[in-house]
Amino acid sequence: MKLLVSSSPHIGTKLTTQKIMIHMIIALSFPLVAGVVIFGLYALTVVFVAAASAVLAEMLYNKLTKTPFTIKDCSAVVTGMILGLNLPPNVPLYVPVVGSVFAIMLVKMLFGGIGKNFANPAATARVFLLLSWTGVMRSYMQPLDYSQGVWKALVSGFTKQYITSATPLADIKSSAVTGVLPDSIRLLDLFLGRTGGSIGEVCAIAILLGFIYLLIFRIIDWKLPVSYLAASALSALVLYRGGWTYILPTLLSGGLLFGAVYMVTDYSTSPNTAAGKVIFAAGAGILTVLFRRFSGFDEGASIAILLMNLIVPLLDKWIPKPFGYRKPVKPEKTAKEAKNG
Amino acid sequence: MKNEKFRAVIEPFANGFVKNNPTFRLVLGTCPTLAVTTSAMNGITMGLATTFVLMCSNLLISLLRNIIPSKVRIPAYILIIATFVTVVDMTMKKFIPDLHATLGLYIPLIVVNCIIMARAESFANQNMPLPSVMDGLGVGLGFTLSITLISIVREFLGAGAFFGMTIPGLSDFAMSIFIMPAGAFLVFGFMIVCFNAAVKAFEKRRAQGGQAK
Repeated sequence: MKLLVSSSPHIGTKLTTQKIMIHMIIALSFPLVAGVVIFGLYALTVVFVAAASAVLAEMLYNKLTKTPFTIKDCSAVVTGMILGLNLPPNVPLYVPVVGSVFAIMLVKMLFGGIGKNFANPAATARVFLLLSWTGVMRSYMQPLDYSQGVWKALVSGFTKQYITSATPLADIKSSAVTGVLPDSIRLLDLFLGRTGGSIGEVCAIAILLGFIYLLIFRIIDWKLPVSYLAASALSALVLYRGGWTYILPTLLSGGLLFGAVYMVTDYSTSPNTAAGKVIFAAGAGILTVLFRRFSGFDEGASIAILLMNLIVPLLDKWIPKPFGYRKPVKPEKTAKEAKNG
Repeated sequence: MKNEKFRAVIEPFANGFVKNNPTFRLVLGTCPTLAVTTSAMNGITMGLATTFVLMCSNLLISLLRNIIPSKVRIPAYILIIATFVTVVDMTMKKFIPDLHATLGLYIPLIVVNCIIMARAESFANQNMPLPSVMDGLGVGLGFTLSITLISIVREFLGAGAFFGMTIPGLSDFAMSIFIMPAGAFLVFGFMIVCFNAAVKAFEKRRAQGGQAK
């Protein structure tokens, strides 16, 4: 008989990191498909370049530091895809390359690789790119016009035959003073993705499909996105003069929904406990709307998530959860009596 | 005997560059290092101004080291340092007003620069005047070199320029984060890593060379 000696925990699971990441890739392909339909094949190229350079950056890092290859867990692909989906559909291709290299090498690998990064690599890289090439990162093309031929529209990103326009976020921001939503904001368009914006963030319905997929396979914790969205909605109600008319436009425009499903839920940069998760996500939601309303930028989701990522170690420290901890049973009365006696 | 005297003078000078490098080794004077290094010209000016103050204050503190009562030595040092900072401040305002305007508040802040306080406290008040001056010169030039390096990197990445001259083809792709505070921390951290790795590799090689002999 063969006896195995190992330390606890002894119960295993079939859900490996690689499987989780493949589920993430499938979930990310919903907004990717929507983005390609809305913005054409160039958007697909952007996301592909981001994912490919993320994988190459991780391989290069492993080679430089002479450590075993870690790309098999597919987390680099996920990071690259999230970053690519967070970029405008008409960015020059050096932007996703630099962003992915920054995300993988500086944010993830230098701190010890998967599970040890202090902040979400994709969110950090997006903020890095936004501060580096502000002009490029804030020029968004309009959705494709298919009326002049499908193929011509699909390749318009390559031929530069597109029109850039303001995103709904800019309209919401400029109208915040009066408190009256401009006519350009139509909820159905926001829901279907017929607006300008980053590749993955425009189509709310695709993101919701990805959310449902991830919930079915229990990849993400529902508490994070739900408390993030709830806090954002409440903050929009309080901070905008228009009140409740601003709640849905706030939730559906920009990267808020995408961030809620794919970025807030990152395992290594969210707290371990339920209370910590709610505080973390709610803080990010409040900060997102605060940034949108009062900062110089239109979008605040990635900066808010990045800021709250930094508080996660503190939240885990303040709300500790020992391994295998269960709520204590109420102390029996006899003990107290015995003490008094 | 003569050789020993010579070494007592030259060693503090040489140590300022590597062993006592204020920016990369002692991590002192971080405030000007992060704030001023947006362009190479700023870096070099700040470094030279600090070097001048450091030399003069080290000399005076070393001369007065037996007179200053040790209980009030810190206020006395600050008084001496502030005197020279005022001289530098006024001179710069007269002769290079543009640079003086860009550096602004950071010139008066040399008074509380911890490099100068550290050298006064740990070197000048225990050593003879000449070694103290050489220590001030070495550490000051080490500081100048370090922050000039940092500012060259930041200017190159952040503005696509070298000492104010824009590099054609590169300035269009300049990543403006590197001339923002966030970029300062990034570059500073990486320079510390590179500097210490280089020094370590050099020392290892020298130790191996010594063994081979």
